Amino acid sequence: MKFDAKIPGGPLEQKWDSYKGHLKLVNPANKRKFNLLVVGTGLAGGSAAASLGELGYNVKVFCIQDSPRRAHSIAAQGGINAAKNYQNDGDNIWRLFYDTIKGGDFRGREANTYRLAELSLNIMDQCVAQGVPFARDYGGLLANRSFGGAQVSRTFYARGQTGQQLLLGAYGSLMRQVNAGTVEMFPRREMIDLAIIGGKARGIVCRNLITGEIESYAGDAVLLCTGGYSPVYYLSTNAVNSNATAAWRCYKKGALFSNPCYTQIHPTCIPQEGDHQSKLTLMSESLRNDGRVWVPKKEGDKRRANDIPENERDYFLERKYPSFGNLVPRDIASRNAKEVCDDGRGVNPTGRAVYLDFRDAIERLGKQVIADRYGNLFDMYLNLSGENPYETPMMIYPAPHYTMGGLWVDYNLMSTIPGLHVLGEANFSDHGANRLGASALMQGLADGYFVIPNAIGAYLAGTELPPVSTDDEAFKEAINYVNTKVERLLSIKGSKTVREIHIELGRIMMDKVGMSRDEAGLKETIEKIPKLREEFWQNVNVPGSGDDLNKNLEMAGRLSDFLELGELMARDALMREESCGGHFRDEYQTEEGEALRNDKKFTFVSAWEHKGDDKTPEMHKEELEFDRVTPSQRSYK
Amino acid sequence: MTEKNNITVHLNIWRQKYGEKKGRFVKYSVDGISPHSSFLEMLDLLNESLVKKGEEPVEFDSDCREGICGTCGLVINGIAHSPQQAIATCQLHMRKFKDGETITVEPFRAKPFMPIKDLVIDRGALDRIISKGGYISANAGSAQDANAIPIPKEKADLAMDAAACIGCGACVASCPNASASLFTGAKISQYALLPQGHPEAKRRALMMVEQMDKEGFGNCSNHGECEAVCPKNISIGNIARMRREFFKAVLRSR
Repeated sequence: MKFDAKIPGGPLEQKWDSYKGHLKLVNPANKRKFNLLVVGTGLAGGSAAASLGELGYNVKVFCIQDSPRRAHSIAAQGGINAAKNYQNDGDNIWRLFYDTIKGGDFRGREANTYRLAELSLNIMDQCVAQGVPFARDYGGLLANRSFGGAQVSRTFYARGQTGQQLLLGAYGSLMRQVNAGTVEMFPRREMIDLAIIGGKARGIVCRNLITGEIESYAGDAVLLCTGGYSPVYYLSTNAVNSNATAAWRCYKKGALFSNPCYTQIHPTCIPQEGDHQSKLTLMSESLRNDGRVWVPKKEGDKRRANDIPENERDYFLERKYPSFGNLVPRDIASRNAKEVCDDGRGVNPTGRAVYLDFRDAIERLGKQVIADRYGNLFDMYLNLSGENPYETPMMIYPAPHYTMGGLWVDYNLMSTIPGLHVLGEANFSDHGANRLGASALMQGLADGYFVIPNAIGAYLAGTELPPVSTDDEAFKEAINYVNTKVERLLSIKGSKTVREIHIELGRIMMDKVGMSRDEAGLKETIEKIPKLREEFWQNVNVPGSGDDLNKNLEMAGRLSDFLELGELMARDALMREESCGGHFRDEYQTEEGEALRNDKKFTFVSAWEHKGDDKTPEMHKEELEFDRVTPSQRSYK
Repeated sequence: MTEKNNITVHLNIWRQKYGEKKGRFVKYSVDGISPHSSFLEMLDLLNESLVKKGEEPVEFDSDCREGICGTCGLVINGIAHSPQQAIATCQLHMRKFKDGETITVEPFRAKPFMPIKDLVIDRGALDRIISKGGYISANAGSAQDANAIPIPKEKADLAMDAAACIGCGACVASCPNASASLFTGAKISQYALLPQGHPEAKRRALMMVEQMDKEGFGNCSNHGECEAVCPKNISIGNIARMRREFFKAVLRSR
């Protein structure tokens, strides 16, 4: 299979501008003749649907939630990066670009990442114009905080609810277009298949989650904005309905899936307590600005945190990485927390937690300042754990949070299926092997507000798109697939619940394809998952019917896809015989235990092609070329 | 965390089949509940046991399970979201209940919120209110520099207080008039407080209030029940601000 990233020529700094200057355009009067299908209403989907509606396209937008305002982008806490240099601390587009590509351990595309850094400026302007209530200083100007992996203060925030406020901004714009009639909204719809006609993505098939009806929608292009796949681990910080089904179906219909092993396990989450849990809760990384991470120096020290004297505490991040300290990137913070816990120095009765201590910051700045910065996060922690972080240190432990891998896209955000565009977390494009904090919001909005409105015009103007209807054979096939799957799931009536099998999958994934991986464990996983999949298809018990709201049925369908995706993640991790970013192979580390890349062999993006259900997928490579930066050993010391 | 701390509760839960006009309370007992689990995790446990017995689980909506998406929302012992103040249902923990306690669980009830199944309802009316003006009309690409207009910190903070609304509808469910004034007032306030919102202020207030009435939400009679149950502590002061904006708009349009 041949595929081309279509990166524009010219110097890095001019690629995006010159690309825009040479795009084919759709005449304003013709835009309303094009029907675009947007799946998902998070930051990427919401902003894309709104912006395309503003341009005059006919847009249909679908989400699984009861309202587009509830997509999981809403839960992002910390902030959004923009290279505004309002703090006069030496920031610029190049530095944001460099931090991001270095943070991704030199496994991302230069051109995409540079464009992202450039667009960060426009995003901030756009969001302020929309009335997003960002934090401000007393002079009325925008405030900033610093975030992991950066030495400048470039993160803009709205208390600990930045994702919520940005999403509500996009949602407002979307609802404005709904009111204007350019966008039609379809909530409580789950995309279950893609319709390909004449080799192009021309429609989707959804299940109406209320009535159970299978619905078909035809269009000129499909925009997949369906987020990541962290719930493959069962417990993650994602919402309980977050899933990979739409992306996975597109993979099975021919879209390549890139870097599935690049997953982010976020360092600052509330530790797991027991088997009753349905999800893990993130505490914003911004807490690491003022909180100090430590564990007792002694193994098995059971004293209360406040009873452990200063000289018996190990501030391990500050000790190992003096120049970045507690602000090292997420992959490094997580791996180090795991290490100290593996050494038997973890806290909490489970032994799987480290302290995040605000004592010194409260002494230095006063309780009020800390309350202003993190008040809602402290309240959330108190409510969840029953402990007051103003008085005793928080306990944190890493949890699956974000997936850098996703469907392969070119510079225009188009997958290997013409017309199928993939935006936001669902694509693989901008973060390499590890995403820096406050960059996910940036990418979702860059893709939706600025990249796709340009790129989609060029696709539509330059492509032959004969009219299609939902009577086409491709839709019938897709409907047949969905109906057969629903019937099969409902007819098994085995003895295990969907949740029980999902927990088992999660255990395997976390254990073997989590924060550290090795050859034996990955090989074992590739054998174990098909067995679990078999058990699922023989022994799952899905109650109820397919004719109305049935959440167990929804979950079962999603799990059936995770049971395939998990195996691909393990294959990708096994193939990549190096450590980079969120992918840490025990066999490949420096003497100091840091990730050891192998640039000679692995400076490429893996792109997996589905070859059939019983066949091993085939891997293709997109070699990464670095014209402007020199990949170096990532050091935060 | 140990099993000996686990508790049992008795539930009196509203069940209503899809497409049926009437529902009923059904009693269930759930045991082996960890006090660390959340209320919704307790319902998960109930559903697991129902599935094992071959019965249909109790459907309820939830998504982020950390109090920000606004998807969940149950009336627990007669109070929208939770007897504990300023949290959403998903943030309520079982350590707040006694072993052997009986808990009544119902959906949010209001005329504009159509029941779908069991505890799941349709809150589309709230989206339709937003569609009439819950935004600033700024097309992508047309904005000036983000720092071009300084905004006094106090105003920005007040706008943020109002913007924190998660759109769950608890205010409506707890209001004896089923008014959506706190929800609508919070959005109108956010933009009334910010200079970017001023050009459309009049239109926004008129259109959003009109849509609120059209959807069948009642009027506000200053009960204050909405503020008391709001998981985000949205102040009833926002309703006062909405009224001012509305009257200003009405007077100016004459």
